[in-house]
Amino acid sequence: MPLIPLKMIQLNNIEKIYRTDTIETMALNNISLVVEKGAFLSIMGPSGCGKSTLLNIIGLLDAPTKGNISIDSEVIQGFNDDKLSKFRNQKLGFIFQSYHLINDLTVLDNVELPLLYRKVSGTERRRLATEALAKVGLTNRMKHYPSQLSGGQRQRVAIARAVVGQPQIILADEPTGNLDSVMGNEVMEILESLNKNDGTTIIMVTHDENMARRTHQLIRLFDGSQVQ
Amino acid sequence: MLVNYLKMTIAVMKRRKFYTFISLFGISFTLMVLIVLAAFYDHLFGANYPEAHQDRSLCIQMVQQKNSIKGWTNTGPMSFSFAQKYVKTLKIPERVAIASTPNTINTYVGSKKLKLFFKYTDADFWALTNFEFLEGKPYTQREIDNNETGIVINEGTRDNCFGKNTLALGKTMEVDNVTYRIIGVVRGCPITRMMVASDLYLPYNTSKEDLKSPELMGSYMALILAKNPSDIPAIQAEYASAISKIALPKTEDEFDTIKSEAERSVLDILTKEILPGGQATFHLILFLFALMFMLLPALNLVNINISRIMERASEIGIRKAFGASKKTLLAQFLIENILLTIIGGFLALLLSTGVIYIINHCGIIEYADLHINWMVALVAFIVSLLFGLMSGVYPAWHMSKLQIAEALKG
Repeated sequence: MPLIPLKMIQLNNIEKIYRTDTIETMALNNISLVVEKGAFLSIMGPSGCGKSTLLNIIGLLDAPTKGNISIDSEVIQGFNDDKLSKFRNQKLGFIFQSYHLINDLTVLDNVELPLLYRKVSGTERRRLATEALAKVGLTNRMKHYPSQLSGGQRQRVAIARAVVGQPQIILADEPTGNLDSVMGNEVMEILESLNKNDGTTIIMVTHDENMARRTHQLIRLFDGSQVQ
Repeated sequence: MLVNYLKMTIAVMKRRKFYTFISLFGISFTLMVLIVLAAFYDHLFGANYPEAHQDRSLCIQMVQQKNSIKGWTNTGPMSFSFAQKYVKTLKIPERVAIASTPNTINTYVGSKKLKLFFKYTDADFWALTNFEFLEGKPYTQREIDNNETGIVINEGTRDNCFGKNTLALGKTMEVDNVTYRIIGVVRGCPITRMMVASDLYLPYNTSKEDLKSPELMGSYMALILAKNPSDIPAIQAEYASAISKIALPKTEDEFDTIKSEAERSVLDILTKEILPGGQATFHLILFLFALMFMLLPALNLVNINISRIMERASEIGIRKAFGASKKTLLAQFLIENILLTIIGGFLALLLSTGVIYIINHCGIIEYADLHINWMVALVAFIVSLLFGLMSGVYPAWHMSKLQIAEALKG
């Protein structure tokens, strides 16, 4: 009997409309999508086509105007703030183009952040964060502040923060967008390794065809609609 | 979690040093002013040396005669004979002392002219107060009855007349053409304790006034010590009853009523004159003033907090993305505010201690012994903590509601 792939993320007829006093902008139009467990999916499209909006909706950072999402067989509807925060904390990890590290905290404290919102002791937090930093090769920079690191190093810290809580899904919004090709390649290798070795489902927004080609699945958006 | 909040607070404080300075200055300066003002209040009206029994003390400072038809009044201190006849004879008090109102006199030590405060008192004055004798002892009723001329001086007068810390016991002083022998030296008290402060304490037998004069008005006041604080109303009633029985002498002013009350304190006397409700109203006004005074830095804090939190939108977005709920973020910002207020409170204590030390030692107020009133300091600190919380709640609540995607844009 053939193995039935497990659905990790399912989007049904997602619409996102931004409204101001005078105009309505359709950012996403009727997007339906299934992402299987362990998949590495890339989302491409021109600027302003709704890639990041889609990623934010999958990551529960923004709410759709219409449609529903289910993640790991749970329909995300009517979740209150506490439940949504806990769900994000347990299941999702984020990597952003501009890193979004907290500049006032050290590298180690930044990586510990997701564990801070779980019942994890300080010692255990430190151990897990050190392990995550070891994965990205930055144990020698634990006491540094983000401003003391290069762009590539900052993105590796962001990856360590995304994986420290062992989420099932990592959402990466142009993770190589601010990096040169060497650094970009390093980051991509780390993501590939997470996908391959840990079975983490990864969804990545990118402008870079070469990076997109290295993923398992590709969707393209244009003016808020899925065209591929 | 708390350690993380602490780290974050310190990091935020370090990042915007000017804002931090303004916030801390607002909190600590306001608290310091309140603590120093409270210390002054205590210094003026509290149970301080040498009036340790304020909780069971009364004083009678004034007697008022009135012509109720023509509206004339004559108000002033009582005569010595009045005090002897109507106050000393009260049955309920533990003790009654008589002392004259403060007066000044010039005296010469060698070629040096000294202007000194003096006061005539009876022997009970020493039993009713708790003056610390650095040398000798007070005069007794027997010595007064024997018409002896031993006096008590304070240490400042001793130092001025005979040299710093030179023993004065047994030495003589000429005051108002009378030669007195010094039998005691007391630690001085500030002039603000007007019922008891003086440079020279003279036994009343040496007064040149006619102490047996039947006049009601004179230059004396009475200090009363109750056995228990609960006896105070009964003493006041007993004195009121004694006053009501006084037959007023016929004078050309045709006074027909006499009024005099045993009051709790100087503050009682002052506030009764000017405020309906007396001391209670006065304390309410002080409390409201303090509250208004603290509201100013609180509003300033709200302003600063809004701009501080606004610039942390991206951090809020990051924290929410990685699992912080609205409640957790609200708690974080509130704890940051509380920590800031606590630091401000400690700074205020340090500043107040410094200012009070300077006031006590710079000599502006002789014998000043201001000290921190811990109750006022605690209440002021709690109020500023509440204001700190209130000033943090709105901006924190506002920002915790931000959509994460919006917050991450900064």
